[in-house]
Amino acid sequence: MAYGFILDDHTSFSAWRPLARQCFLADRAPEEIEWRCASAETTLFDTPLVAPTPKNGAEPPVLRSKCLALLRSILRHADQTRFALAYRILWRAQTEPALASIATDPDIARALNMHKQVRQDTHKMTAYVRFREHGVAQNGRRSFYAWFEPDHYVLPSVAPFFSKRFVDMDWVILTPKGSLAWNGETCAFSPTPCAKPKLSDDIDQLWQTYYVSTFNPARIKTKAMLSEMPRKYWKNLPETQLIPQMLADAPARVAAMAAQQPRPAPAFHHRLQQRHASAEEAPALVQKTQLGSGT
Amino acid sequence: MQYPTQEHNMNTMKQSLSDRLALLSDAAKYDASCSSSGAGKRDSAATKGLGSVSNGICHAFTPDGRCISLLKILLTNFCIYDCAYCINRSSSNVPRARFTPDEVIWLTLEFYRRNYIEGLFLSSGIIRTSDDTMSQMVRVARELRQTHKFRGYIHLKTIPNASPALLAEAGLYADRLSINVEMPTERGLADYAPQKHAGEIRHSMGEMRTHIDAAKDRTLTGRKAPRFAPGGQSTQMIVGADQATDRDILSSSSSLYTGYKLRRVYYSAFSPIPDASAILPVKAPPLLREHRLYQADWLFRFYGFQFSEITASRPDGMLDLELDPKLAWALANRAMFPIDLNRAPKEMLLRVPGLGVRSVQAIVAARRHRQLRLEDLAKLKVSIRKIKPFLYATGWSPGRLAEQQNLRQLFVPQPQQLALF
Ligand code: SF4
Repeated sequence: MAYGFILDDHTSFSAWRPLARQCFLADRAPEEIEWRCASAETTLFDTPLVAPTPKNGAEPPVLRSKCLALLRSILRHADQTRFALAYRILWRAQTEPALASIATDPDIARALNMHKQVRQDTHKMTAYVRFREHGVAQNGRRSFYAWFEPDHYVLPSVAPFFSKRFVDMDWVILTPKGSLAWNGETCAFSPTPCAKPKLSDDIDQLWQTYYVSTFNPARIKTKAMLSEMPRKYWKNLPETQLIPQMLADAPARVAAMAAQQPRPAPAFHHRLQQRHASAEEAPALVQKTQLGSGT
Repeated sequence: MQYPTQEHNMNTMKQSLSDRLALLSDAAKYDASCSSSGAGKRDSAATKGLGSVSNGICHAFTPDGRCISLLKILLTNFCIYDCAYCINRSSSNVPRARFTPDEVIWLTLEFYRRNYIEGLFLSSGIIRTSDDTMSQMVRVARELRQTHKFRGYIHLKTIPNASPALLAEAGLYADRLSINVEMPTERGLADYAPQKHAGEIRHSMGEMRTHIDAAKDRTLTGRKAPRFAPGGQSTQMIVGADQATDRDILSSSSSLYTGYKLRRVYYSAFSPIPDASAILPVKAPPLLREHRLYQADWLFRFYGFQFSEITASRPDGMLDLELDPKLAWALANRAMFPIDLNRAPKEMLLRVPGLGVRSVQAIVAARRHRQLRLEDLAKLKVSIRKIKPFLYATGWSPGRLAEQQNLRQLFVPQPQQLALF
């Protein structure tokens, strides 16, 4: 028998907080507590876990806000050791109150790294979710679905972003780590894992047209592209399947531009020049407003 | 795959929406600006419409390494001007097309709903008059905001000499306005864009600056001045089409940032275009040159460098292509190093090659609580090899930098060894 808890993958900071408090009030050091993930492989030798009992009159732990924010963030990470790391930081911070500010400390360096990954995962989700239109909702609003595969448990934290941006349409985001659904009033989170749906949308074709046309074949920087848009996202994006062909065609397109002989200007240009020349002879005709920049 | 400038469908009457989207985004892509930031935060929670703005999100990347954040298109690529570097100049044979304002609005909203974009960047060739062109662009912005309750990002290109009333209205709806200076020097502009005038471009910028500043103040009566482009203004310079040196370009930037309070100056390496004008150089400048200019710009905006310091040690006025400008500056000013990791002021730490803004912040916070050793920096993902000659730390002393002759060799990327066949 050992002290500890079995925790669900979706355990958030606010669900973990009372458990950590309980361990602390029982005066259990980090080495004495086992934080086991429900999804972890169970073995025959797993000891049963019991919750430690708080001692009477024990002082509750205190944390600076910077440390609190760090723990809140790393508990969204999928790393199975996140609960143990969070408890160790909580424990150490009681005697080292500035701990979270010391980025060179090994525990903090690891936590900051996890924090960075969570932040990135959240950010990439706001960037790479693609909604596909799917009929009309019961209330007459337009209805959209998206499929996304986040690495970490970030759904509850991205919910405000999507619900405040896509307000006038209904949408559902399905992921292997649960789903979010918006109906114009509330955003519902469900932890139930979803399967990848079949989605299609005609507008994707216009988007692909845009993607191809806005690409400049004379500058190839695939490393820069990959560092921002790693391959793991490609399979769910409507535009990335075009990349191999775009790259393959680029050299020929550039060569064609270089080989092109200067051609006579179109008739339209000559008419403009003529008009300009005659305007110069008769300055009164020059329109003062004919100056500017387009692109 | 069909590419826009291949000659299909020269007949404007028969172009589908998709054909025109291809042409009018192809024509807009030479503008490097795509930022959708700087406009503060807002969302649609209260207005029940569509869209929000915060830090600017890149929704996709193309293989040219550029991000797609906005739907960047032209209203039309017809143009009565003949700027040599431009694919839309009147003497070019590219197929022409135009969108109606309603089509632009529709595309913006449908793209936005699918989370492809942060908003719209609308520009245009000049048709008929400045006011005529500008008022169509303003109409797009107005209807997006008023009719469709769209709160995403809008960037409008402004047309010089458009009437002040149109400019004020544009500022009311747009998050950012811009006008391109195009060439780093007046001479370059006169040679390549004969119908444009540097004085007029600067006048427009000055006017926008006045509006932007005024919108931040309260009026005499204490009421708020009307909204005007909260994301500020930006501009772009074309690099490598004319003879301007990096020093010319950066001194231009310096006056743009300080004189007109621009938010961003973009540098766009001159890129070959279909049906290019004969007066353009045949060869594009190395992309690395553009990259070095952005690095220099970055040093100015975030690291407390002056542009003049960055180019001071370069006899030909060109940035070192082999070394990044911060490292090049440090090697040229080696007498100022090494500095003490535990005591040097933050401003000096920012000048150490290999230390970024975030690492410097982390160092300053951590050293309040403990003495830092060189090895501690590895935890911040800093390259010890690169920074070690520039720093003293607890337990580390690098010797006088000034005395090391071969320092440059230490950093210049080594040429690949040729293998015998
Ligand atoms: S004004 Fe000059 S830069 Fe602008 S679209 Fe016309 S030709 Fe191109």
